[in-house]
Amino acid sequence: MPGILVFGECADSQILSITYELTAVARRLSESTGSEVAVSLMGEIEDDVASGAIAHGADKVFILSDDVLHGGELDAQLSAFETVCKYYKPSVVLFGRTMGGRELAPRLAFSLGVGLAQDCLDVYVDPTDSKICASRPVYGGNAMAKVKFSESDPNVIVIRPKTTEPLLPDDTREGEIDRVNLKLDPSVIKTKVIETVLESSEGIRLEDAKVVVAGGRGLGGPEPFDMLEDLAKVLGGAVGASRAVCDAGWLDHAYQVGLTGKTVTPDLYITVGISGASQHMAGCSSSKHIIAINRDPEANIFKTSSFGVVGDWKSVLPTFIETVRELVDS
Amino acid sequence: MTIDIIVCVKQVMDPETPASAFDIDPESNKVVEVHGIPPVVNGFDENAVEAALRLKDDGHVGKITVLALGDHFVMDVMKKPLSMGADELVLVQDESASDLDPFATSNALAAAIEKIGRFDLILCGRQASDWDQAHVPIGIAHFLGLPVISFGQNIEISDEGVVVHRSIGDGYEVVGAPLPAVVSVTNELGEPRYPNLRGIMQASRKAPIIWSREDIGLGNDDLSSKVYVEELYIPVSEQTVEMIEGEDDEDSGRKLALRLREEKLI
Repeated sequence: MPGILVFGECADSQILSITYELTAVARRLSESTGSEVAVSLMGEIEDDVASGAIAHGADKVFILSDDVLHGGELDAQLSAFETVCKYYKPSVVLFGRTMGGRELAPRLAFSLGVGLAQDCLDVYVDPTDSKICASRPVYGGNAMAKVKFSESDPNVIVIRPKTTEPLLPDDTREGEIDRVNLKLDPSVIKTKVIETVLESSEGIRLEDAKVVVAGGRGLGGPEPFDMLEDLAKVLGGAVGASRAVCDAGWLDHAYQVGLTGKTVTPDLYITVGISGASQHMAGCSSSKHIIAINRDPEANIFKTSSFGVVGDWKSVLPTFIETVRELVDS
Repeated sequence: MTIDIIVCVKQVMDPETPASAFDIDPESNKVVEVHGIPPVVNGFDENAVEAALRLKDDGHVGKITVLALGDHFVMDVMKKPLSMGADELVLVQDESASDLDPFATSNALAAAIEKIGRFDLILCGRQASDWDQAHVPIGIAHFLGLPVISFGQNIEISDEGVVVHRSIGDGYEVVGAPLPAVVSVTNELGEPRYPNLRGIMQASRKAPIIWSREDIGLGNDDLSSKVYVEELYIPVSEQTVEMIEGEDDEDSGRKLALRLREEKLI
């Protein structure tokens, strides 16, 4: 079967973890298909950085460069990546469900006139018919769908971040680095990025935190989040929130965990006043341990938790934080 | 200068439907409609209607047309955008609509938009709460050959076209495009307005325009899907929760901390 092509993402000339996660997915798929695994990167990427992709499982790395890519416009990235797709003719193209990937994947699929599966947890070769099959949660996680493609290659598949661990790097692996200078036509850019405004939050990045303390609508207002902040500090973690909290303006949307917010995979995800609507769980269900404090014993959150307390957070939380502080200090 | 806006909306199962009431028909691979829980207009699509109404409040808009594609419609539900303040409702009704993949859906919506004819800006919700694909706005732009900006949290009309704050999680990009263009709208835009009594009265007097597949000039070949659902099933959770019960809530909080320590989780 023709190769599997990964849409790699970089920041500050370094390869992001999602790229290695996708490379691991591609490698696993290639055990069934025998396909080569290629990773496409954009920007000023040094050879030793690109070798990182080979060490993590790539057989081939494309480094795409062009002045037109410097503005960060998706139109330019699409045009560049589409050029590589048409040249490499992959059987499968993998994207991560990142801010860029979740948008570029459908744009590529429409442009190539092929099918696409969004937000998949797994992709594999169905042994009964040797077709590529992708599985994805739908209806907010109430159901799972197995999706197949009726059209010819490539099958474009978007993978939810942090569903697969990157492979351990093997520096003895060999592969090929192919630098491609594209000479894109600047007129491909129809939508122009005028400015980027970043809202920086203090402390540990939510996505990188080993412990996340998240609050929901049940907290009733913005003030209790000070206690969550305290607890996060004691545990060296970060604060998160449900969409309802952010939509109500109690916290900025940068704190939002869920399908349309951030995806987190901490060792410990402590929730207070979060009912566990499946759209929220889509952003945290890969956490190692979920701890729930909620007044409603029927709350959905308890179905996915390791430990739970049914009670009023106003009474549970102060003694919980106090005891945690004592234990951590001792 | 005023512009005309088309807002694409979808009738979906109420996402607040309790998991216990959620069921799938294995024969058709479809979700069973829950008796007594009416469908809703997709939440992000209401954000898109709100975005259109804000532009109208600012005096930029001539007409707001709301467009939907579906196999059947609950009229009270679909009239909500009208009662919020939109001017016209166009419903494309076809029994195959719920079987279409995003490729075919976008193709059908693009054909309906061309039949409506007058538009400068097309707004959509960022994704639908049932299948969460976020493909259709991009597909509409593809079939109409228009620029597309996703995840808009603020939309302004300028002399050059449309300027959108595109949500990127840790902030936003300011992105500009000439009109006509497609913009998908995210919840960061803010809560959609509630219909007031006057709006509800006005909406009740407006009859939607109903088109069939033939009206928008599409045959079976135009609606062939590129992906299909082989199986739809309810996942089984294997997690069993250990409930911590103290003598009172304060005690439960203390015991929870001790138990987490025992498991070396803190």
